[in-house]
Amino acid sequence: MRTLTVADAVALIPDGASLMIGGFMGVGTPERVIDELVRQGKRGLTVIANDTALPGVGIGKLVSADAVSKVIASHIGLNPETQKKMIAGAIEVELVPQGTLVERIRAGGFGLGGVLTATGVGTVVAEGKQLIALAGKDYLVEPALRADFALVNAFLADYLGNLSYALTARNFNPVMAMAADTVIAEADNIVPVGLISPDHVVTPAPLVDYLIAQG
Amino acid sequence: MDAQTVIAKRIALELRDAMLVNLGIGIPTQVANYVPAGIRVFFQSENGLIGTGAPPEEGMQHRLLTDAGGRPVTALPGASTFDSATSFGLIRGGHVDMTVLGGLQVDQSGYLANWMIPGKMVPGMGGAMDLASGARRVVIAMQHSAKGKSKVVKACTLPLTSVRPIDLLVTEMAVIAFPGGRATLQETAPGVSVQQVLDATEAELDVPLHVPEMSL
Repeated sequence: MRTLTVADAVALIPDGASLMIGGFMGVGTPERVIDELVRQGKRGLTVIANDTALPGVGIGKLVSADAVSKVIASHIGLNPETQKKMIAGAIEVELVPQGTLVERIRAGGFGLGGVLTATGVGTVVAEGKQLIALAGKDYLVEPALRADFALVNAFLADYLGNLSYALTARNFNPVMAMAADTVIAEADNIVPVGLISPDHVVTPAPLVDYLIAQG
Repeated sequence: MDAQTVIAKRIALELRDAMLVNLGIGIPTQVANYVPAGIRVFFQSENGLIGTGAPPEEGMQHRLLTDAGGRPVTALPGASTFDSATSFGLIRGGHVDMTVLGGLQVDQSGYLANWMIPGKMVPGMGGAMDLASGARRVVIAMQHSAKGKSKVVKACTLPLTSVRPIDLLVTEMAVIAFPGGRATLQETAPGVSVQQVLDATEAELDVPLHVPEMSL
């Protein structure tokens, strides 16, 4: 694990990269990293996240800044700009049921090729997908998802990069921290090693490549 | 009593002690206001919380404690938080005893459409497909008609949310269940006759000899 300034960490991310970004309607999204992606004028990003938040909040800022060319998400309904850009053809949107999305990411991080789920069987979600019957029940084959970078937000990080989360800001963060080639963590608080009890570490330090220094 | 209150109050009567319940946005959220006295229900927010409480007093909001719509909530004593994989494991795995969701259409076989109107509204399904497919009991809170057209239809024309039939539909006019895959009128709202329900309903409804009134 290395500690970097937010500018140096974001400089590692090339145009066109795929990013998993933690957060749920902006809660638990690494806001400083987002602001820096906008400031550095990134383009052509693929964003894998639960939602695109609201204009001016979290991932919504990336959408407004034309940094994003593709979104894989479960919900874009509260961000009219995402919908507008989707209809205009400026952003490709793949909508995935929320439980399927997080499980595809989990599979990507846990060394599985994909998952079988009954969610979406018989709906438009099933179009073009393989159907498997097991023990008398139909399941869709949903492939694993990985990304070049995971951008996660934790409540606490220690100097080694152990992470713990708070309240509903945990959401997709620990799952994404398993599923990307490079993990960049932004913590609300950075504390000495030992202050996070081993039982309370949710993302173990070896998973974190870069910790953003407090600005 | 307005339509939404009738629906929310009637659905609240389906709550039982110690149930784990997920409420969708809109009318379903109001069900939490009418939990019967003497029982304790665990409400799940799919963004990772069991024990969701009412919105906090002004000035007591915490930016890291919200419901699935991003609005500030409280956490009741005994609450727990978890990641999204666990949250949807709870839903798909049949650990959620009941979900209450909104609806655009419910058809006479119990199929639900509630997540998109092609060409008009494409917000994404969020957690709706997982909830409609995975919760033990699926209850729909929906106004009976929109713009003079019945939302209780013969066959859904909008994209389905799930092919797993719902268990109960509650509107401001009626309670409808789906035993054996057939829409069956269970109750009428106070002051609403069976004939009025039938007149307002496109779906074919089985009507038992005796249809009681909702006891709100």
